[in-house]
Amino acid sequence: MPSLWISQARVIDPAAKRDAVGDLFIKDGRMVASLSAADKKRAKKIDARGLVACPGLVDIHVHFREPGQTHKETIATGSQCAAAGGFTTVVCMPNTSPVADNAGTIQFIKDAVERDAVVKVLPTGCITVGLKGQALAPIGSLKRAGVVAITDDGECVQSNELMRRACEYAKMFGLPIMDHCQDQSLTQGAVMNEGVMSTRLGLRGWPHAAEDLIVSRNIILSSYTGAHIHMQHVSSQYSIEMLRRAKARGIRVTGEATPHHIALTDAALSSYDTNFKMNPPLRTEADRQAIIAGLRDGTLDCISTDHAPHTDYEKDREFDFAPNGILGLETALAVTLEVLVRQSRFKLPRVIDLMTRCPAAILGLPAGTLAAEAAADVCLFDPAEKWTYDAKAGFSKSRNSPWDGKTLTGRVKTTIVNGRVVFDGGRIAV
Amino acid sequence: MSWNRKNLLTLEELTLAEINQIHATAAAFKQILGRSVKKVPALRGKTVVNLFLEPSTRTRLSFEMAAKRLSADVVSFDAAHSSTTKGETLRDTAQNIQALNADMIVLRHAASGSPLYLSRVLNIPVINAGDGAHEHPTQGLLDTFTMKEHLGELYGRKIVILGDILFSRVARSNIHALTKMGAAVTLVGPSTLVPDWFTDMGVQVSHDLKSALADAEVVMLLRIQHERQASGHFPSLGEYTSMFGLNKTRASWLNPKAIIMHPGPINRGVEIDSDLADGPRSVILQQVTNGIAVRMAALYLCAGGQPDHVITTS
Repeated sequence: MPSLWISQARVIDPAAKRDAVGDLFIKDGRMVASLSAADKKRAKKIDARGLVACPGLVDIHVHFREPGQTHKETIATGSQCAAAGGFTTVVCMPNTSPVADNAGTIQFIKDAVERDAVVKVLPTGCITVGLKGQALAPIGSLKRAGVVAITDDGECVQSNELMRRACEYAKMFGLPIMDHCQDQSLTQGAVMNEGVMSTRLGLRGWPHAAEDLIVSRNIILSSYTGAHIHMQHVSSQYSIEMLRRAKARGIRVTGEATPHHIALTDAALSSYDTNFKMNPPLRTEADRQAIIAGLRDGTLDCISTDHAPHTDYEKDREFDFAPNGILGLETALAVTLEVLVRQSRFKLPRVIDLMTRCPAAILGLPAGTLAAEAAADVCLFDPAEKWTYDAKAGFSKSRNSPWDGKTLTGRVKTTIVNGRVVFDGGRIAV
Repeated sequence: MSWNRKNLLTLEELTLAEINQIHATAAAFKQILGRSVKKVPALRGKTVVNLFLEPSTRTRLSFEMAAKRLSADVVSFDAAHSSTTKGETLRDTAQNIQALNADMIVLRHAASGSPLYLSRVLNIPVINAGDGAHEHPTQGLLDTFTMKEHLGELYGRKIVILGDILFSRVARSNIHALTKMGAAVTLVGPSTLVPDWFTDMGVQVSHDLKSALADAEVVMLLRIQHERQASGHFPSLGEYTSMFGLNKTRASWLNPKAIIMHPGPINRGVEIDSDLADGPRSVILQQVTNGIAVRMAALYLCAGGQPDHVITTS
């Protein structure tokens, strides 16, 4: 593997508080402070003038559908989407078929990752057997098999008693619990945010109170047990206010925001386009602004995509019957730059931080920095390049994106994993 | 002015002028309904398919009769016997119907927004015969047509819609039509079934029946469905009737010339007392008759007919 010399990039490494034009050096898969004259001569040089070089992006919430739903996505295609989007480490959710509630399935996923993935793909395991919310999954065995967190994502443990025991038990292993916060008794048949828009469209509403109840439950249980609970795809203003107070009191809770929840509102549903249907649903402008404010002051810790592929024939249905979820990996950086940097005046290093060091820190992953000796996971992107996203030409097996056909600003040029170029010039390079 | 729409999907998207065009066309067709030969050749040789994927009796019958009086061939499609029960998608079902050379589809579906979806998939006109809790445009058109027959212009008129508004497509279509016409609309019912979000659609929301009915010129009742009780939207049908059922005493709060409407089917003794439903102020059966004329107008215009050229001779 040749050494790499990335020259004259704007290097942004929030973990090292670095933001300056300069060079990056990679040797034997690791970042190094410099290369010897002989190494420099042999190194592959990447002219990165005009580009930003940052740590490879980290996404702690993706669905790669393998095993069992490989018509939607595979670990191979999902990891290619990640590479194309500048992500070098992703954490996949356990709601596969069968679900990842046992060590055997985790091993299956790890084997597929080893064989097929072009970026680092880390598994999570279920909190409960079969995602059914009735009995604890073998969390210790899952930990031993290599999961980085446990979650029933897509479902939400409804029993407070069971969640309490999961907290106590997972804490023993230092495993964070990631929770999809939804009180299901309040969301029967719900397909969009409850409010003015659902009333107008005659669609069954999902009140933000259903998220708020579980976020408050989780804050209370985290406080009571000391377990770390991470709130997935927070969508409600009220939940963010509770998280802000909980964090001020030192409770071990964290939260994530998706690009779609900071970019869009339920007003987008007026044409019943199922590419705007996801769970939790798009909410109001007040919620959207609250999520952005939460990212600004650190109440919300990171950006996660909730990359959730579904095929055309599954999404191309009556709104009520289409599955929840949209693609996210290939558009996440551009959409986030648009909303946070251009519209909301975040500093670029802060946004990079939210997509690198911060998500890695939530799960304690060895990622998100360009410091010497760190694994050489790097993303090079042009923050000003305009491009049109064509989901059909993307790397996913699915096309369900609200940004299909849209012109975006900010484009990933090169993605490097462990010192190997895996994505370059629009192509997967492995 | 000409008619330029191929589909009738919602009243929200229609202009006031378009609503008036449909009403004028319906008025011309209504004359035919009283004759001994109740048929015109406007859609001769055309095939209208009633794709009813949710149970319906009166709306389907009404569309069938309307199409037949325009001399169209009508095929009605019953959900219970359709391949949708074998897992065929709406897109595939509808494309098959189009491939059978149908000229028009009338769709009734439990999922809100499905007529719009179908209109994107098909080339032939789609008429919405009720989609979920979203809209029921021909019902809204026939209701406002009936109101105009009794009250004349609806601008500034006080109109009350009473009952299960939250789940009602009839209410939403009426709200869109009536607000475009400038009527003062008040929605009344238990707060669980009449959320304040409706005020965003330009109407008043009230939970006080007496003040809402005071001097109203129209009260439109909506069917109370038993399953709303199981879902906790109100405690019991008895309590509903005691709080919001229309009886003689409460009807006396209305404007003396007020009309009483109901899209049917009626729950006698629940949302309305039987003698009021059958009484002189009730226009419930006129609504049914007007439904045919309005649906004739909708089919005729969406098939390419023009409001100024209605052929009323057979």
